[in-house]
Amino acid sequence: MITVENLRKSFTIHHLNKALPALQGVSLHVPEGSFLGIVGKSGSGKSTILKSIYRTYEPQDGKILFQSEAFGTIDLVQATAREIVYLRKHEIGYVSQFLNVMPRTTALELVEQSLLDLGVSKEEATTKAQQALRHFDIDESLWNSYPNMFSGGEKLRLNIACAVVKEPRLLLLDEPTASLDHSSKLKVREAIEKLKANGTTLIGIFHDLEFMEGLCDNVFHMAKMQQKELV
Amino acid sequence: MKEQPILQIQKLSKQYGKGCIHCQGEHVQLEKNFCPVCKTVYACRDISFELYRGEILGIVGESGSGKSTLMKSLYFDEQITSGIGLLEDYENGTANIFEQSRQQQRLIRNTILGMVYQNPMLGLNMDFSSMSNIAEKQIAAGNRHVRNMEKRSLELLDHVNIPLFRSKEAPRNFSGGMQQRVQIAKALSNNPPVLLLDEVTTGLDLSVQADVLDLIKSIQRELNISMIVVSHDLAVIRMLADRTIVMLNGQIIEHGLTDQVLEDPQHAYTQQLVYSLL
Repeated sequence: MITVENLRKSFTIHHLNKALPALQGVSLHVPEGSFLGIVGKSGSGKSTILKSIYRTYEPQDGKILFQSEAFGTIDLVQATAREIVYLRKHEIGYVSQFLNVMPRTTALELVEQSLLDLGVSKEEATTKAQQALRHFDIDESLWNSYPNMFSGGEKLRLNIACAVVKEPRLLLLDEPTASLDHSSKLKVREAIEKLKANGTTLIGIFHDLEFMEGLCDNVFHMAKMQQKELV
Repeated sequence: MKEQPILQIQKLSKQYGKGCIHCQGEHVQLEKNFCPVCKTVYACRDISFELYRGEILGIVGESGSGKSTLMKSLYFDEQITSGIGLLEDYENGTANIFEQSRQQQRLIRNTILGMVYQNPMLGLNMDFSSMSNIAEKQIAAGNRHVRNMEKRSLELLDHVNIPLFRSKEAPRNFSGGMQQRVQIAKALSNNPPVLLLDEVTTGLDLSVQADVLDLIKSIQRELNISMIVVSHDLAVIRMLADRTIVMLNGQIIEHGLTDQVLEDPQHAYTQQLVYSLL
């Protein structure tokens, strides 16, 4: 589904006149429908891998070959901005630790919006959005409120709901459970298991190794720069 | 899946002055946007980009970087020095719109393009009623049926949340946010496939700004219009644009996905701009 070959990324900081290397030749492979967990210390480049795949970061070198439904095999490093916009809308989802809120957009509208962008009818979008909000235990009284006033955990769950509801083919999870309590984590796990059962390929960063147990098929260790299959 | 751009701009330049041997030529790099020898000002230099159907393209840059000159050039308010502009909806994108007669350019302006200026005084006649302002654009596009024009004007005013009992009032009496909304209604009156928005939220207070941004977003969603949004406010660009162009001294210095430009800026100026974000 996705193969990363010798990916290199460094950040040039002009005012300091230096380049900070972040990734020095990362290679990994994620078969369709499987879950790759990335583990490593803070600052080891875990998020940089995900952001390079999502193209929020522009890698200097290497290949990210993605089996797209629309484009066939496409190198995400070389893909045009328009192709990436399309893929983000239809095939690749990204969940971070932070919720990107739109001013004066309610929680329900935010989740609906992800679906309306795909061309789903308003009725269907509302039904699916309500199901997702219910699944992630977001109280019905909050559905028509603005997420700015939500607690950290509620914001995270809403964020996951927005990404999951689109049922992307590839979902990138950047520590989405960082500040969640145990029961919320279980909800996220349940959603991930469901996505996996439906064939979604996942790459995730979790600090909580217990959470990853039984969920990941493969693990990539940043320190060793190696991918290991879990049996 | 090859996509055709709805608007294609190639090497658009606008200069004030004749230029000299020190500043002319393809590879001449100027430190600022003027020639230190002959003082010719290059407001826009070799601007090339594409706009696709249904997308919002953001343009950011400091004051004087050439953003507004570019927008005025696209709307034929300014005559460009050189360059090519192709609109898919005009002669199937085969004719350079900048080389057309004034009459043809007026036709393009009134049927294919819509413009919302930073200053409502430029886009609206402050002494006409809001309804007449919108009707004026419809008349310019060849409409003559008064009832239809009235109906369409009211529809649009309603769409941009202007109370209909105020439709016969002149925009002079309106607040800044309302004036911008009337401008948006006017720009939409002939269903243009391309909308140009030049610093439309600058000078408005935060809640009014959010109103106008909501409106722009909903229009884009409902009508699938392509938009070019110029702003020096990165938050506005982050919220609206899929792709972003960064301008400095009349030139494009960086372009890419909006989140990539803001989170992984490559050019020294873009980094400075992003690091200045509050």
